[in-house]
Amino acid sequence: MDIQVIVNNFAFLMLQGFFGLGAFTGGTLRLAVPAIVLGFLLGIFIGLGRLARAPWLRVAATIYVEFFRGVPLVMVIFWFWFIIPVLLGRSLPEYGVALTAFVVFEAAYLGEIVRAGIQSVARGQVEAATATGLTRAQTMRYVILPQAFRNMIPALVTQFIVLLKDTSLASIIGYVDLTKAAQIVNNREIRPFELYLFIALVYWACSYAMSRYAGTLERRLNSQTA
Amino acid sequence: MSYKFDWTVLWSGQSGGWLLDGLSTTVEISFLAWWLAVLLGIGAGALRTAPVAPLRWAATFYVEFFRNVPLLVWMFFWYFAAPPLLPDGMREWLFDHGAEFWAGLCALGVYHGARFSEVMRAGIQAIPKTQFEAALSTGLTVTQTYRLVILPIALRLIIPPATNESLNLLKNSSVALTIGVAELTFQTRQIETYTAKAFEALAAGTVIYLLLCLTIAALMARVERRCAIPGMIVRGGVEGF
Repeated sequence: MDIQVIVNNFAFLMLQGFFGLGAFTGGTLRLAVPAIVLGFLLGIFIGLGRLARAPWLRVAATIYVEFFRGVPLVMVIFWFWFIIPVLLGRSLPEYGVALTAFVVFEAAYLGEIVRAGIQSVARGQVEAATATGLTRAQTMRYVILPQAFRNMIPALVTQFIVLLKDTSLASIIGYVDLTKAAQIVNNREIRPFELYLFIALVYWACSYAMSRYAGTLERRLNSQTA
Repeated sequence: MSYKFDWTVLWSGQSGGWLLDGLSTTVEISFLAWWLAVLLGIGAGALRTAPVAPLRWAATFYVEFFRNVPLLVWMFFWYFAAPPLLPDGMREWLFDHGAEFWAGLCALGVYHGARFSEVMRAGIQAIPKTQFEAALSTGLTVTQTYRLVILPIALRLIIPPATNESLNLLKNSSVALTIGVAELTFQTRQIETYTAKAFEALAAGTVIYLLLCLTIAALMARVERRCAIPGMIVRGGVEGF
């Protein structure tokens, strides 16, 4: 065990690898945070599409969800890595490719969370809203969605944990996140045990803290609605 | 868009053979890792409810540590960091006999074992306490209660989440390409490298993954219907809106 290698490279691993502050465009958080926000926005449309009255919308949203949930994320990253240059006629930096892949992929999972959140709102709410004369769109906007969002929060935190861990896969196309930063340092120092254990602990601390937080949120929510 | 499609690359030359090799490696590593994960999952899931505190702590440590770290990091850990800890002879033997496959297998199995144990625990906790009490009151011992009443119900209850988790394992086997396991995604990339036909190669790999996942999901849905316990499992949930 050689702690010195971690101490010497701590700034590079954390600042460059985790936060994305440094010479490379990288960073685990710099990818994960925009990906969950944009993925959620896209996920709202997917979730609403899954519950739409128009059959073509429902079918399209279902195909989207089933497709991306049936394919490994690694495959999706490679798809965007090879397809974006063909579609755009020029290549995009790793950050753009990774962010696009994560938003599109996560939206399938987030769409299901949105759908479950909407379905968790009591049916009487819809009937009451309709009885007061609100249209279907107004009911969704003013009555269902605000309550649904609150119900979704624990699941969203959990999904963010999954996403944070998944961003490590962006390293396979060369994006400098925490995992890639550890690989770079390891190529020079040849200290795999210390380095991979260290980044494992960093990921663990983030995920574990957030999963405890999600648990607290869930309990609070249950006590409010019970 | 100026891309010329040429689907023949998938069956001309070595591509077809590579895809089949990749598919068989994916199935092989997933199948073996699945057994490892299920055994670890049942063991850890049961130990987390054990009456002995140190056992409970050990199981909790295993589950919380392994499932909260990315699988990719575990791949690197098992492949690059773990072998130097082995005795020399064993390490040499391992590197002569496909070390990347065994490292990938450990990474997948141990990571998903932690996740399976959560599914298992949720299944046991979903059973009403009265079942346990009723079984004990008929004169069964605690072990018999687990073996004859609790586990059979729990295993039927967890079929949907366990299927989900098994499919995750299958899809996650693609991460093993990072340490050089020649599974399906790896072979897809190889075809792309040799033929420069990215679209066709990726489409072939994607379709194979989809078919695998959809087939398993359809099979398990049938199993789930057959094993459903009347009155205990509400299928589908609330419809409308």
